[in-house]
Amino acid sequence: MDVAAALDHLAPRLSPTATRAINARRLSGGASLETWAFDLDDGTPLILRRRPEGAAMRETALALAAEAALIRAADAAGAPTPSVVQVCAPEDGLGEAYVMRRLEGETLGRRIVRDEAFAAVRLGLARRCGQVLARIHAVPTEGLPPLATSDARGELARYEAIYRELGARRPILEAAFRWLEAIAPPPPERPVLVHGDFRNGNLMIHPTGGLVGVLDWELAHLGDPAEDLGWICVNSWRFGAWKKPVGGFGDYDDLLDGHGGGITLDRVRFWQALGSLKWGVMCLMMYQSFVTGADRSIERAMIGRRTSETEIDLVALMEAA
Amino acid sequence: MISHPTAAELSEAVAAFDAEPAVPGDARQAFLARVADNARATLAREAEYGARLEAEAVARLTALLGQTGDFATLNAGLCEALKTGAIDPLEPALLAHLRATAIGQIAIDQPTYGGLAALLDGGGRSG
Repeated sequence: MDVAAALDHLAPRLSPTATRAINARRLSGGASLETWAFDLDDGTPLILRRRPEGAAMRETALALAAEAALIRAADAAGAPTPSVVQVCAPEDGLGEAYVMRRLEGETLGRRIVRDEAFAAVRLGLARRCGQVLARIHAVPTEGLPPLATSDARGELARYEAIYRELGARRPILEAAFRWLEAIAPPPPERPVLVHGDFRNGNLMIHPTGGLVGVLDWELAHLGDPAEDLGWICVNSWRFGAWKKPVGGFGDYDDLLDGHGGGITLDRVRFWQALGSLKWGVMCLMMYQSFVTGADRSIERAMIGRRTSETEIDLVALMEAA
Repeated sequence: MISHPTAAELSEAVAAFDAEPAVPGDARQAFLARVADNARATLAREAEYGARLEAEAVARLTALLGQTGDFATLNAGLCEALKTGAIDPLEPALLAHLRATAIGQIAIDQPTYGGLAALLDGGGRSG
């Protein structure tokens, strides 16, 4: 199916003043999910997210209709999200897909952390991240599409099983599994909606408007709110600004205050360490796709060497424990 | 000692990339060319320090485990001891070995990574 032609056909239903779609172009992105930018002839800027027919789904990834429903629920709860315009039907010829408004801003963490254009907005960004996460975590869970529930011990066990399956021998990861298992917090009394990938790269930041959209809800689930707070503190998303634990732009206190003060720093630091450990295992998994021949690109080979960045972070965290 | 990928696998991936015809103006290929440059720099650093780091690791592991053997054997032994709980993950002698290992490997893989400065600064406590 020609995506541009299908979007053109869909255009009048996306905006009452539009007759056709223009400038459709595929943005870089994953192998299983495609992202397209396009405009309507009335000037409306839009994004299409689609899973081509036959594309494999990641084990834990949500169906796109469920993802769209979560974005709508978060939007209704006051979190900044790109508004969902249309969830596509099979007869639209786009496969599993939905259309949302295109937001203006920057997602590249390196720029957000370093560029002068974002200097003013960086000051309040950690607090704002806490506030936005509090909105997401307050979304009523009744009425959401079915979601997996996970907790600290479950996540540790899941990633340790993947690590064992890979057959890697990495003493730092071995030590981290045992350390985190010993200090894992109990599940929260009431699991909340967790975004699951709240970090630089999935946050649309505007030079004056700040955090204007939380993107990529593919890994959303029910669980511990501290998971989202810890994930954005993983050093791998700080782009060299390691003295600012929150995404390379802010401090723990601002993140925690913004969230409302109900979560302890210890709990966030646990999830931060688990986040580094998970990212280390993910790097090994991506390298594995090079070894097995699923993806022989130099990119897949080199990401394996990023495992050591998570190891040095884990050593620092274990030394501080 | 450095793996995931080994130097041989990395060299193979660089050679495969170099063998592909260039597509002028292609953004994906420009990105991969930068990755390949990074891979060549990583390989050069590994050729320079890899053997020394492995010898140092073997000496530390021998002292830590009270056993002798090559790097692969000793490293596997340490993994097993951690898995079974024979060594506590926060034991100071273990942490000293893990610290030296992490510093050595990042010097090859990503010498500018902020985590190195953080570790040397005691950054685990603040960040």
